[in-house]
Amino acid sequence: MLNNQGRPTQPEKASASYRTFTGNRGLQMEEALIFETGRLDVTGVDCEVPAAFTARLGGLERRAALDLPGLSEPEAMRHYVRLSQKNYSIDAGLYPLGSCTMKHNPRLNEKMARLPGFADIHPLQPVATVQGALALLAQLGHWLTTMTGMAAVSLVPKAGAHGELCGMMAIKTAIAARGEAATRRVVLVPDSAHGTNPATAALIGFEVRAVPARADGTVDPAAVAALMGPEVAAIMLTNPNTCGIFERDIVAIAEIIHEGGGYFYCDGANFNAIVGKTRTGDLGVDAMHINLHKTFSTPHGGGGPGSGPVVLSARLAAFAPVPFVRASEAGLELVEHVTGQSFGRMSAFHGQMGMFVRALAYMMSHGADGLRQASEDAVLNANYVRVCLNDIMSSPFGARPCMHEALFDDEWLKGTGITTLDFAKAMIDEGYHPMTMYFPLVVHGAMLIEPTESESLASLDLFIMTLRDLAFSAQRGETERFTGAPHLAPRRRLDETRAARAPKLRWTPPLPAAAAE
Amino acid sequence: MSTVYFTKDHEYISVDGDIGTIGITDHAQQALGDVVFVELPKAGATLARGKEAAVVESVKAASDVYAAASGEVVAVNTALEGAPGMINEDAQGRGWFFKVKLADKAELANLMDAAAYEAFLKTLD
Amino acid sequence: MRYLPHTSDERDAMLARIGVASLDELFADIPAAQRLEGLLDLPHGASEMAVERQLGNLAARNIAAGSVPFFCGAGAYRHHVPASVDHLIQRSEFLTSYTPYQPEITQGTLQYLFEFQTQVAALTGMEVANASMYDGSTAAAEAVLMAHRLTKRRKAVLSGGLHPHYAETIRTLSFMAGADAGLLPADPLADEDIMAQIDAETSCVVVQSPDVFGNLRDMRAIAARAHAQGALLIAVFTEVMALGLIEPPGAMGADIVAGEGQSIGNGLNFGGPYVGLMATRQNFVRQMPGRLCGETLDAEGRRGFVLTLSTREQHIRRDKATSNICTNSGLCALAFTIHMSLLGAKGLRQVALLNHAKAVALAQKLTGIAGVELINQSFFNEFAVRVQGDARVLVEKLAKTGVLAGVPYARLAPQAGLDDILLIAVTETTTDDDANALVAALAGALSC
Repeated sequence: MLNNQGRPTQPEKASASYRTFTGNRGLQMEEALIFETGRLDVTGVDCEVPAAFTARLGGLERRAALDLPGLSEPEAMRHYVRLSQKNYSIDAGLYPLGSCTMKHNPRLNEKMARLPGFADIHPLQPVATVQGALALLAQLGHWLTTMTGMAAVSLVPKAGAHGELCGMMAIKTAIAARGEAATRRVVLVPDSAHGTNPATAALIGFEVRAVPARADGTVDPAAVAALMGPEVAAIMLTNPNTCGIFERDIVAIAEIIHEGGGYFYCDGANFNAIVGKTRTGDLGVDAMHINLHKTFSTPHGGGGPGSGPVVLSARLAAFAPVPFVRASEAGLELVEHVTGQSFGRMSAFHGQMGMFVRALAYMMSHGADGLRQASEDAVLNANYVRVCLNDIMSSPFGARPCMHEALFDDEWLKGTGITTLDFAKAMIDEGYHPMTMYFPLVVHGAMLIEPTESESLASLDLFIMTLRDLAFSAQRGETERFTGAPHLAPRRRLDETRAARAPKLRWTPPLPAAAAE
Repeated sequence: MSTVYFTKDHEYISVDGDIGTIGITDHAQQALGDVVFVELPKAGATLARGKEAAVVESVKAASDVYAAASGEVVAVNTALEGAPGMINEDAQGRGWFFKVKLADKAELANLMDAAAYEAFLKTLD
Repeated sequence: MRYLPHTSDERDAMLARIGVASLDELFADIPAAQRLEGLLDLPHGASEMAVERQLGNLAARNIAAGSVPFFCGAGAYRHHVPASVDHLIQRSEFLTSYTPYQPEITQGTLQYLFEFQTQVAALTGMEVANASMYDGSTAAAEAVLMAHRLTKRRKAVLSGGLHPHYAETIRTLSFMAGADAGLLPADPLADEDIMAQIDAETSCVVVQSPDVFGNLRDMRAIAARAHAQGALLIAVFTEVMALGLIEPPGAMGADIVAGEGQSIGNGLNFGGPYVGLMATRQNFVRQMPGRLCGETLDAEGRRGFVLTLSTREQHIRRDKATSNICTNSGLCALAFTIHMSLLGAKGLRQVALLNHAKAVALAQKLTGIAGVELINQSFFNEFAVRVQGDARVLVEKLAKTGVLAGVPYARLAPQAGLDDILLIAVTETTTDDDANALVAALAGALSC
């Protein structure tokens, strides 16, 4: 309510339906596509014009039209700044995506990655001119193998799933070297696994066989023993698993797999819970990828780039891909061509150098003490959230401690007419990114909350109070707060069916008929 | 007069003489949500009972549709390709997938009738 | 530790609230025998200043491309990236956002991906592009598997003009997937008869242009021959800047295009992260790997964007997915999009023309040196010369004099018997002084 001087004297109800001419809502700006505002004769890059010369394009000059408009620099700045303002980010708020590990991204790491000595060096410069870069690769490898207690590491893989591919190709090659390529064709994967696990195994010709979980969400060694046989090449197991629980029988499982002649691939997506608390190698693992963008805080960047180095046991080390760094009398050298049993090359060049610099800066900043503390705080925070919510939300596996993420199901929403999705979308109106939903698949209406170690106690408390308020609201039957949510975000719910039925995957100029409408 | 049979994978087959019309059940379309895409077999293809014959997708899920009975595909509902929403509107009518010339009508004995399928659905809740 | 907010009092209070006596109780599931009691054998944490000093020392032991006359290419190119690009990609909302699975609060990411897809499709002359792959080499390998799914065949034919790293990447993945990928001999003169290799079992032909030696390849006849046999043409490139000046693969009959986008928006970074580009025909899109962004409407009827056709992907289809790929190269794709938006078609053409002009000028100068022979008939901004002796030895020798003269082909493929081939790349960043320094250094090295 405003008084006659235009001063707000009484709070009024927020109006989501208030309409503006521009569609803007205060600082929240609507923004057209560049193809609608840019012009074909504009460019934001000044460039010297060469003197006349005879081209050597062999008659293959571009004849096809290139209808890409340009923007001047101020237009480009405004366009992308406005787009950025439509995004949630870890810098702006708690980002509780279970399994995704949205922790703070230190800016020192960005600064280091931009040093010309790292950012402006070419992958094929003479190795004598990049000794510092090779030393960085070697140091990162040392940190990773020390933390995991593994024999070797390949830094080549460009993301977690690429790391899985690397590890599984090493396993496939090792099996072939034993002369068992024709017989060992099955990979065991629990139903709770990330989709990348079965996809990776299938991509390189393995048959995927499901491993059932126990009632407490963990894998039963007896179930593995029952499935183990001469046709089994490997098991792919996430640890801590996707329910946020440490597989307490992991050593026994490793023994069963090894005795049966198989390899143990560990999905290291959740390694951030156990750094400095136990070593992968001591648990009997043969290969594990490490998502530098999760555990070691290289920025997620809206979906990449990732980086997925793979640590390998002594049994698999020889099968690692090229290239890798090796010490020689002349200094550090790069082995770029297959020697011995390496399975070969899985991408051009040496891996995600920009991510390596950031990850190493993170590791050096924390040190052995800080890395352990980060794992402990991540687990502490998740358990704090779990305990503060488990009287009102339901947990599929009871009130047991979790690792770095707390898992709830939708049992507590039964009869309210509100789904996990609705609940999550209501969190958006409260200024939070939703938690991971409907994953793992083995839990009905799953809600997987990973606060990470970056959140302060005050931040956790506000998050918990918000979720409790939402939960009580749901149980009171205030469905409008949920089923219509989000009301206050840059967009309401989007019609995904429409997007998928008639996919429109690029901008096209409006048809004359449509323009006339 | 046609007789309708059902599978545990939620397909139906509506049999008229030696022609069976196959699609997904109303229960299946509800569970799947808005259908956005179907991949249908080619007319003339020979299908074996229980083998993958078609694919049906919603925004968040993809399911294989298995052949409820063996036989040669004699007709395909190509209208679904442009309007997959027909499956949601009328799964057991206009939303049919394909028709087969039944190779062995004895196979139908393995399937459920409407009452048995109703009972089966109750066990899933 | 500066990144961890809790005080020890707060930790104790939280433990009390949880109802455990110590942190170790929360880790009780780790078997006692495998639990680490002490610290890992690694250094203790360090201040920001100390880390900066250590990493700065490592960086200082490398020769940055911008500090010397520099001519390396072969799949990674040094171009000028406007300062605004790096500023914008460091905005928190882009840098520290996750994959846009919640479209209501990630329209920023989704809209630039839609712009990116549109730009890539236009550049390549194709109907649709995805939201990026890891890099050009992995995009090429995925393209081959995609062709196998589309044709239901398992045999690829790889041109000898393909970057050897790309060929190896394709062959590794193909071998592991149980498919055949035959590679033609290295083809510096671009005179291989690849059409003779295409038969009724061929799934796809993979041809790179500009090829690894810099030659521009006319793919029209290859496309026609492939299509007559029911096979697909996969066009590969490592230098996307070329598409500003040369006929795009889509106009030459390509069915799938896979290439490296690093040149636009992204620095050298010692080989990564880069941004793989992939484009294809609209009716092939359901067999395409990787994320796709599509346009739709929200509940109030406003335009918005979502990730779509997700049923192709691993998180839904699991072992039946088109690929195991999960991540794209988001932030690198953003850098590409911003730089491309600044350039526009006009700026891209200008920069590409300048690249070509400088390359032509340098090639002419080099042919005047005794012991240097240009082998290309055509090229964009990179060409191959035959030198006397082993190009690897020559390049190392020149590096000691402060000139990074290019990439010896034998570094990429030591078995090819092309030890005397040197690949030389020239971009808009190459100055006349740089070019003269190379000419002088080469002349000096080859005369003694």
